Amino acid sequence: MTLLEARSLTKSFAGVRALKGASFDLRPGEVHALVGENGAGKSTLIKIMTGAETPDGGTLTVAGETVRRMDPHTARALGIAAIYQQPSLFPDLSVAENIALALDGASLWRRVDWGARRRAAEALLDRLGAHLDPNGAVDALSMPEQQIVEIAKALGARARIVIMDEPTASLSDREVSRLFEIVQRLRADGTGIIYISHRLDEIFTLADRVTVLRDGETLVTREREGLRRDELIHLMVGRELSAVYPKRAIEPGDVVLELRGLSSRASGLSDVSLSVRRGEILGVAGLVGSGRTELAETIFGLRPYDSGTILVRNRAVPIGSPADAIALGIGYLPEDRRQHGAILEMSVAANMTLANLRAVSPRGLVDAAAERREAARFVERLRIKTPSVATEVGLLSGGNQQKVALARWLAIEPSVLVLDEPTQGVDVGAKSEIHAIMGELAARGVGILMISSELPEVLGMSDRIAVMRGGRIVGQVERDAASPQEILSMALHS
Amino acid sequence: MNYRRELSVALAIVVLGVVLALARPAFFSAENLNDLFLANMAVLVCAVGATLVILVGEIDIAVGSTFAFCSVAAGVVATSGLPLPVAALTACVAGVVVGAVDGALVAFAGIPSIVVTLAAMIGVRDALRWATQGAWIENLPASFQWLGLTQGSYPMAMAALLLVLIVSATWLMSETAAGRAVYATGSNRRAATLVGLDPALVVFAVFAIAGLLAGLGALINAARFNQIPSNGGIGLEMKAIAAVVVGGTAISGGRGTMLGTVLGVVLLGAIGPALTFMGVSAYWERALHGAIILTAVAIDALRARRAVPTVTAARAAAVSA
Repeated sequence: MTLLEARSLTKSFAGVRALKGASFDLRPGEVHALVGENGAGKSTLIKIMTGAETPDGGTLTVAGETVRRMDPHTARALGIAAIYQQPSLFPDLSVAENIALALDGASLWRRVDWGARRRAAEALLDRLGAHLDPNGAVDALSMPEQQIVEIAKALGARARIVIMDEPTASLSDREVSRLFEIVQRLRADGTGIIYISHRLDEIFTLADRVTVLRDGETLVTREREGLRRDELIHLMVGRELSAVYPKRAIEPGDVVLELRGLSSRASGLSDVSLSVRRGEILGVAGLVGSGRTELAETIFGLRPYDSGTILVRNRAVPIGSPADAIALGIGYLPEDRRQHGAILEMSVAANMTLANLRAVSPRGLVDAAAERREAARFVERLRIKTPSVATEVGLLSGGNQQKVALARWLAIEPSVLVLDEPTQGVDVGAKSEIHAIMGELAARGVGILMISSELPEVLGMSDRIAVMRGGRIVGQVERDAASPQEILSMALHS
Repeated sequence: MNYRRELSVALAIVVLGVVLALARPAFFSAENLNDLFLANMAVLVCAVGATLVILVGEIDIAVGSTFAFCSVAAGVVATSGLPLPVAALTACVAGVVVGAVDGALVAFAGIPSIVVTLAAMIGVRDALRWATQGAWIENLPASFQWLGLTQGSYPMAMAALLLVLIVSATWLMSETAAGRAVYATGSNRRAATLVGLDPALVVFAVFAIAGLLAGLGALINAARFNQIPSNGGIGLEMKAIAAVVVGGTAISGGRGTMLGTVLGVVLLGAIGPALTFMGVSAYWERALHGAIILTAVAIDALRARRAVPTVTAARAAAVSA
């Protein structure tokens, strides 16, 4: 008897296939771990199981019945509950009220029986062995306490399937062992638990079975017994490097960007030292949350740092704002293109000159002809597919939006480019074009710091690779000496 | 940029004009048009400021109170015997001060603009009521009226002033780096930061400019009368914002033109008197304003829902354009 079965689920977002065929089953009273690299499709799979996304194809069966249309309401009714890294509670309501919202809701105008609510909350918290005041406000609770409230909610909703997505990411070791006790308790009660974590230790402690997701497909499901750690890592990455990544043979020149002991308590960075040379691509690998984006934002002046030095072309420079960084010839392509990259309401041409307005607007007046010429040059050079340079960027495809955002930095003739997930969410064709542009820029002497969650991209594009974990650089390797297994095991807790 | 909204509003104005020309030709008498213009010129000046504020994604509901404050300030200076340019300057400076304080609180202290300007709207008006004890400014010197011009030449001069204001505002928004900064700040503040702009400074400057324009509007309006009320400009902020919204500026910022705002002022300003001429009760004016705003916004919402942006669609649009 299986609690939940997913068969050949597929899902695409704007032409990018996030799931290509995921199959998976969950038995009562087991902890089933889902593992995979960033972007392997774990979140998409969870979203489908909780009804947050509708799959394009495949079937989902819960307790022997095929679910035709999964939505959050149905998921709840079927006893599926999810607990995420960040608890999603109502901070201004009490613990009891938060839990009560998960209990069976009768009519809108029923009287609220406060006493019964509190007793129900107490009973649920007792089952979890937690000692929380049901009348206390949730925003006064610590992160792990909030997570316990989430679990109590799941119990209250009589969840038989509990999905835990990186539940320990913000917990201390002691809190983790408390959580594990609770997980064991749930398992003993016959609840099926889908457990997602980057921490292999946890998976080897808790899981009964492990399913590996890679590139949107479920590769294999194995009993944890008899599974070796290196074997699991190999399953997660094991894939041939494709030929689309242009290998470049450029002799790196002088150091253009150097960080010496950069630390920031607020951003969680400690003692980061690295250097990028002319014509070099330094790949920065690491898991989501390892401090990679924080590092990029610190270099670009978006985040302050407590100690350490940033040197540009061997000169220590204070960088306090993006304007400072731009003046020093640093460009930054942020991770979330839609939110932070190109300005979708503005034209292709206006976007391209935005970081370099002074060049096209001496004395504050935009020279429209010069701007159009400049933009047309980039459209051709980057092969941007757009009806004209006056077209709004929001009308272009993702890959072309990314190229426009990139063009903006080329316009400042940068000496350093910081690229955060430069090819995330763009289609394969645009991806290899962006790679080619990066290679060309390096050949022209730009030093590139590239953050990527995609190991083949890191291995294929970088001259050297720095691996981050917990806000530190935990290792640096030359490309020729690097193996995906080595990088992933440095990035993971092991 | 496409001018679809501007075209629809212009079309609505033309339709209204044709109906009036056929049914009530008297609407187009020089006298009536003159009255209409004088009654709406302050709205237009304030709406230019409101356009800027809304373009950066903020809102200013203190315009009416600022307007009253500036009118009184100009009047006090004028009656004290100081020369006209000093009175004019006082009105503008008073506007800049209110706008700059609001702007600083929004931009640098990070308080939501609706809250800041709500406080300013109430605070400024009540401070003014207390200071004047509700009394109007009377005994204005003759030189103050019509700003030293005559009743006949004043509307012409003001029309020229407004034309210069609108043309230069349009030009500044489309042709200068500063205009770019306003659009970029309004459409995506984070992205604007990332290209090295200073969105806080842009927001602050925009509020100060909107204050200046409220002062200018107050001045040219006050000069029409021989008394200055201490409670002028009530509801002016809503008239300005309504015109901006009808003119196609996105309330979330980043998109919109001065031309649209001008057309919005014309349409909303003409509709009330047109009703009167058609013999419909003027009580319908406000309801009709509401209906026009709702129609404009609903069309936007429907269009946004239907349009799935793709390269092919853009190409088709580019080809057909």
